[in-house]
Amino acid sequence: MSTATKNPSAAGPASGRKAPAGERVADWADGRLGIYGLAKANMRKIFPDHWSFMLGEVALYSFIIIILTGVYLTLFFQPSMGEIVYHGPYEPMQGIRMSEAYASTLKISFEVRGGLLVRQIHHWAALIFLAAMFVHMMRVFFTGAFRKPREINWLFGFLLFVLGMFTGFTGYSLPDDLLSGTGVRFTQGAILSVPIVGTYISMFLFGGEFPGHDFVARFYSIHILLLPGIMLGLLVAHLILVFYHKHTQFAGPGRTNKNVVGMPLLPVYMAKAGGFFFLVFGIIAAISAIATINPIWAIGPYRVDQVSTGAQPDWYMGFAEGLVRVMPGWEINLWGHTLALGVFIPLVGFGVVLTAIAVYPFIESWVTGDKREHHILDRPRNAPTRTGFGVAWITAYFIGLVGGGNDLWATHFHLSINSITWFVRIFFFVGPVIAFIVTKRICLGLQRRDREKVLHGRETGIIKRLPHGEFVEIHEPLSPEQLHTLTAHEQYQPLDLGPAVDENGVKRKISPVQKLRAKLSKGYFADGNQIPKATPEEYKEISEGHGHH
Amino acid sequence: MKKLSARRRHPLAAVVVLLLALAATGGLYAAFAPAGKAQADETAQSLAIEEGKKLYAVGCASCHGTGGQGTTDGPSLVGVGSAAVDFQVGTGRMPAQQPGAQVPKKKVIYSQAEIDQLAAYVASLGAGPITPTDKQVDPAGADVANGGELFRTNCAQCHNFTGKGGALTEGKYAPDLEGVSPKHIYEAMQTGPQSMPSFPDTTMPEQEKKDIIAYIETVNGDETESPGGLALGGLGPVSEGLFAWVFGLGALVAVAVWVAAHTAKAKKS
Repeated sequence: MSTATKNPSAAGPASGRKAPAGERVADWADGRLGIYGLAKANMRKIFPDHWSFMLGEVALYSFIIIILTGVYLTLFFQPSMGEIVYHGPYEPMQGIRMSEAYASTLKISFEVRGGLLVRQIHHWAALIFLAAMFVHMMRVFFTGAFRKPREINWLFGFLLFVLGMFTGFTGYSLPDDLLSGTGVRFTQGAILSVPIVGTYISMFLFGGEFPGHDFVARFYSIHILLLPGIMLGLLVAHLILVFYHKHTQFAGPGRTNKNVVGMPLLPVYMAKAGGFFFLVFGIIAAISAIATINPIWAIGPYRVDQVSTGAQPDWYMGFAEGLVRVMPGWEINLWGHTLALGVFIPLVGFGVVLTAIAVYPFIESWVTGDKREHHILDRPRNAPTRTGFGVAWITAYFIGLVGGGNDLWATHFHLSINSITWFVRIFFFVGPVIAFIVTKRICLGLQRRDREKVLHGRETGIIKRLPHGEFVEIHEPLSPEQLHTLTAHEQYQPLDLGPAVDENGVKRKISPVQKLRAKLSKGYFADGNQIPKATPEEYKEISEGHGHH
Repeated sequence: MKKLSARRRHPLAAVVVLLLALAATGGLYAAFAPAGKAQADETAQSLAIEEGKKLYAVGCASCHGTGGQGTTDGPSLVGVGSAAVDFQVGTGRMPAQQPGAQVPKKKVIYSQAEIDQLAAYVASLGAGPITPTDKQVDPAGADVANGGELFRTNCAQCHNFTGKGGALTEGKYAPDLEGVSPKHIYEAMQTGPQSMPSFPDTTMPEQEKKDIIAYIETVNGDETESPGGLALGGLGPVSEGLFAWVFGLGALVAVAVWVAAHTAKAKKS
């Protein structure tokens, strides 16, 4: 490490004095890893500032917290269904037969130092992870951030959400308690309902008849290795793509489709993100110290002959639970085979609900036919049909959740569980339609308001009386920045298929697919489905006419 | 015979006949009359029944009929036993406020003495489960773990893992068992009020009932500890999910807004 052999270009001032230790370490590393080039390219990476851009960060940080706490839990958890008799400190379980998995979870809760807190952090962080992914996904949806070039990243994110659901499911099934055992049984029932292959898959997954002796160990591998491994890979890919595409931004003065306005990664975002990580960790830890989650000691060990009321999955599986709960128990018996439609249809519905949101970006880009890149976000009101779809989807999802908790809605609001079930059956279909119409109307109303604001200015609330006695409200013209922000969005024209007959009077061939596309396009962009934004000409005419309104 | 008839006009004959008649009556009475002790009880019991009948006529007869035979508004009380009365009236369910899916628990309006009198009257209509004694329902020394296993096998389907209650069909429900006295839990098991099945001693012996009571006291009593912090109603993943969304994600979004609002500002020149 003598200065004599050092690369002179990196040695700083060639005065012969020793460089500071930090610089020398950096230099040493750079010579071997080439991190200077990497850092140089990315240190000044710009990220725009908006609170909703941090929702994905919440998901990322809670994922890290889950991994950290999960590692601790693996040190003490026994993924075994071997039966033992409990002789631990928890009195109400003395002498009860239970699996080693359940016993070791009791041990983590009552005997391992910090075990209960870590367990609760792990579980609360999982609920928050899924919730954060959900709102992050909705943010991306409603602002149109999924458009080209980010469709693949949308799918990565969607996969992370779905894998998160199943990682959560396999995770809360591990303690082999009565609640999760009921959930596993429920899942096995859903698998069995699949025609032809259902019974084979069930036998394969559980290593024989339910519950067998294998599922905890198998779920354990899936939960700690397989799914998190895939998720980690997807997560890295997700982040690389965010870096590669650069972050989207809301419209504003100085912001174009070709730049990003914000703060650099180093030092501002590094500090912010680092600090935010600890805030997220702190809040999750505080919640875990305050509130119980999944008190398996009160729930009891799983036994196939026992079941409790109020047996629901964690919230992210709740809408699937709801679909099964409200589905009439239809069944077809044909040639000695039973088709359990009462379970199989909800199972398909579960896939349909998830797929609907996943494929939406592709449907929209097909309808618009827009192949350009978009880095400026939409305000939800400026895409009324998309926003309507999004709210309709959330409505269906929420109605499913209501169905999943129908017993608690019944007891807490003094309603009949049968009425709630019927409500869910009807509003799972009707609710989204109403939500779509209402949302679209609201969006159009807001668009009209924006147009009005642009053309007539902001209402000041100051009433002026004119010499001849008329009262008028003074409108204050918007600043050029505000005008730009409110009119920056572009508006598509509905797809025109051209005349049905060509100039020679011969009927043109238009495929039904194209006809459907034109119809959808009309639904998106025709008059009445979006409000034309104020044009410069209109603005000029009005502002040159009479000043105050 | 002649000797006897010759003396029938003797001045003492009437006295002798009287003595004989008295002795016969007294002897017969002594032979057939119930024992003295039983006689005293009968008096107290009949008094209670009398009083109970009066209370019944005022508070119960409009629905259950003047003789407990039942009407279209209320079931027959013949054979329900004193335990059923003690439970229904002792938890305030009876007299019912209004007809509905289920008669809810409410403020008790009779004193225990009055409840006992009502129970005595209803018990007098036909034999049924008897109000348990304090010793019968005392959970001291019972096996909590066994109680838990019995509870999860027999009760949790409706009352939830730890007796927090749950929904039944058409607005009916299994109530939360927190704060229910051991006696009333015992009586409920014995008599099966409203939608609840009954668990007579033949299917669930006294000791098992005690175990269950001990379990409920342990996991859903006033002194139940919640090692993990707030129990969130003990309702499972629904309340946990709600808490995660409202307080967890709510706090995190608030923090995100705060962090975004306190950004490094470029100096304006």
